[in-house]
Amino acid sequence: MEPVSESELSEMIAGADGPLRIIGGGTRPVGRPVDGATLALARLSRVVDYEPGALTLVVKAGTPVAEVERVLAAEGQRLPFEPMDHRGLLGTQGTPTIGGLVAANVSGPRRVQAGACRDYLLGVRFVDGRGRVLKNGGRVMKNVTGYDLVKLMAGSRGTLGVLGEVSFKVLPEPPAAAVLRLDGLDEARAGEAMCAALRSPFEVTGAAHLPEGTAGETLRTLIRIEGFDASVTYRAGRLVQLLAGFGEVAVERDKAEIARVWRAVRDVEAFHGRAGDVWRYSVRPTQGPALGAALRGMGAQALQYDWGGGLLWALAPEGTDMRPEGLDGHATLIRAGEETRARLPVFQPEAAPIQKLSQALRDRFDPRGILNPGLMG
Amino acid sequence: MDMPIPDPGLLARKPQLVAALQRVLPREAVIHEEIETRAYECDALTVYRCAPLAVVLPSSTQEVSAVLRICHEMEVPVVPRGAGTSLAGGALPTADSVILGVARMTEVLEVDHDNRFIRVQTGRTNLSVTGAVEEDDFFYAPDPSSQLACAIAGNIAMNSGGAHCLKYGVTTNNLLGVTMVMMDGEVVEIGGAHLDAGGYDLLGLICGSEGQLGVVTEATLRILRKPEGARPVLMGYDSSEVAGEVVSDIIRAGVLPVAIEFMDRPCIRACEAFAGAGYPDCEALLIVEVEGSDAEIDEQLGVILDIARRHDPVELRESRSPEESARIWLGRKSAFGAMGQINDYMCLDGTIPVSRLPLVLRRIGEMSKEYGLDVGNVFHAGDGNMHPLILFDANKPGDLELCEAFGADILRLCVEVGGCLTGEHGVGIEKRDLMFDQFAPDDLDIQMAVKDVFDPKWLLNPAKVFPLAASAGRRAA
Repeated sequence: MEPVSESELSEMIAGADGPLRIIGGGTRPVGRPVDGATLALARLSRVVDYEPGALTLVVKAGTPVAEVERVLAAEGQRLPFEPMDHRGLLGTQGTPTIGGLVAANVSGPRRVQAGACRDYLLGVRFVDGRGRVLKNGGRVMKNVTGYDLVKLMAGSRGTLGVLGEVSFKVLPEPPAAAVLRLDGLDEARAGEAMCAALRSPFEVTGAAHLPEGTAGETLRTLIRIEGFDASVTYRAGRLVQLLAGFGEVAVERDKAEIARVWRAVRDVEAFHGRAGDVWRYSVRPTQGPALGAALRGMGAQALQYDWGGGLLWALAPEGTDMRPEGLDGHATLIRAGEETRARLPVFQPEAAPIQKLSQALRDRFDPRGILNPGLMG
Repeated sequence: MDMPIPDPGLLARKPQLVAALQRVLPREAVIHEEIETRAYECDALTVYRCAPLAVVLPSSTQEVSAVLRICHEMEVPVVPRGAGTSLAGGALPTADSVILGVARMTEVLEVDHDNRFIRVQTGRTNLSVTGAVEEDDFFYAPDPSSQLACAIAGNIAMNSGGAHCLKYGVTTNNLLGVTMVMMDGEVVEIGGAHLDAGGYDLLGLICGSEGQLGVVTEATLRILRKPEGARPVLMGYDSSEVAGEVVSDIIRAGVLPVAIEFMDRPCIRACEAFAGAGYPDCEALLIVEVEGSDAEIDEQLGVILDIARRHDPVELRESRSPEESARIWLGRKSAFGAMGQINDYMCLDGTIPVSRLPLVLRRIGEMSKEYGLDVGNVFHAGDGNMHPLILFDANKPGDLELCEAFGADILRLCVEVGGCLTGEHGVGIEKRDLMFDQFAPDDLDIQMAVKDVFDPKWLLNPAKVFPLAASAGRRAA
């Protein structure tokens, strides 16, 4: 099924007589496998409203992410949360859509400073499991009118409703950037360096520690800043001083090279084409290195640190449960075979009362249990 | 304002309720004498008052849990209260309710600079969160005007904003985790010091739910390193259209000021008379503030001043010292006080798409004449959050009703042009009956379904947010 309008989407859901497997471009198959008729949103594609002077954008959910980025770039603006493209990591084909991105609350390296997809999502229109067209939020930046279902919909992966339209706050793309590079730090030292940079007043918009082999290079720690040219120069200088104790600091100012390197970080290129399951962890940044050591002990073959140590990517042996006991944060099984995803919890198991709330919400939003049933739990 | 009829059965059982509460709380933490409960009869929306059955002031999450368990058992409505600074009546009691105040829960539980968070009990005031970290050059970003008094609990309930949210976001963007007590007394942990949710974003759902889903007793908040400096610039224009264009051009030029504040002529005049900040007498005044090192500020202000000059300002004043900065902000910061000195006022809070600003200001001016009530506009221009202040005389019969009708018309206008009823104050009781102007019945139904999940008996913060007629069936169920 491929609806071309919101009303058609509503009719299809209202008329569905069994489970639906909801996809945007189908490039991010994360979660328990869903057995159901495919409902694809790709034809619900259009920029509805874009006001660069107000920093607001409204688009239909099936609009390709690339199209959104092109429209924004033409006005010197961007999605501030730097959404990851999962195709390389997951080995998928197809066209990522903006709705799929919202449904999975996809962000990237800049999330550590700028916030996540959900922080820039101003409004949604969606169809619930009964086929009702619903709206929440709007197209203005400040809105506390009623409960915030916008945040709830972000990351609910089509299990509470099917997104038809989303609106965003966007931001200007800064004219300049710089990346500071430290080579050869071990994970603990790299963690300290990233923390030092992030707790400085110099507005670091990326702090990552990469394994050897990413974008063809050696083990290294990267700190990114962005802004107007003179400001970037100033802050880069201050950060070089600040990090001097960690070793020699190289500064990269070429925009194309910086974009290439951070795309590699964003999309976890270090793991592309390598066999194994991929796990993703969100923890408090200073716990990153210790978690990394624990994961190695459990068999992880490679690690990548982002968000100053708060985001870990692990390449692990297939079919292994890589959730350490007492994890203070959450782990998601991002890439694994269907058998593994059916056997191991893909999302972090929740405490009983939270699990109960989540299930009760699903029952209310989708009383027939037809929207991506079982995908999240 | 319609409120549900108090349950006579509950009123009759007050002695049993008080006795039960006294069993789980220290004696001084249960207030039940009428003369004392009256201190809690309203919040900052003072036109509506109703003393509660009793007031409890617990000191810990465990005590909050014990209180809620009793109220759940006895089916007594509970009104959570932070500092009582809501402008929307978010903490207005009903006669048969217990006020659960978190004012005694002010502890800092954990400060972590490396991971950039602070964990506090939610009775702590907004400004004292920054107070706990500013020696180390950190701060908590959301800065509602009431920040000296307002509690984090209320900030979370209303998803409060402030003047600097164009750059730093509002409460929901700076909240990492909560400890929350459900109406049945169960304590849940949501989020933590890590980023984003592992499952559904319940944290995002709770923030802004006006105390209707649970009582948040502890919060993990993101703290940020203070910028090296900040500097405002003041500009005056002969028309609000031009001022609106300046705002739009600044944003399009790629500068992201931390604040862009806008005042119209009635407001400028009132502030000038009150504070004597030396503002020009013009149609529209903008205060734009940027942050960074001196050189960075110069670079950003260079771009902003170029734009400002292109639009032919009647005044352009760059701050050259902290004293001059304070003077530029003086009038704006005393705006509410200035208007309050002229008369009683009602402060609205709608948000509009920035591009509709001239239209909305013109329509408000026309309505002001129709209603015969003066109105001054002061607002966060970067994000379209308006604060029209309608002046009225509370002692003049009918003036309050007239003012409310005028206010409702302004909010409907905000919705009509693509905006919303409330940008940062919340719905409370004030905007409750306008919700159908913004939402279709199904849109409200799904929100009420969320309430059903968290608080099936509808005991938490009764009669707020949803029109009473819309929630009647669920409340009775």
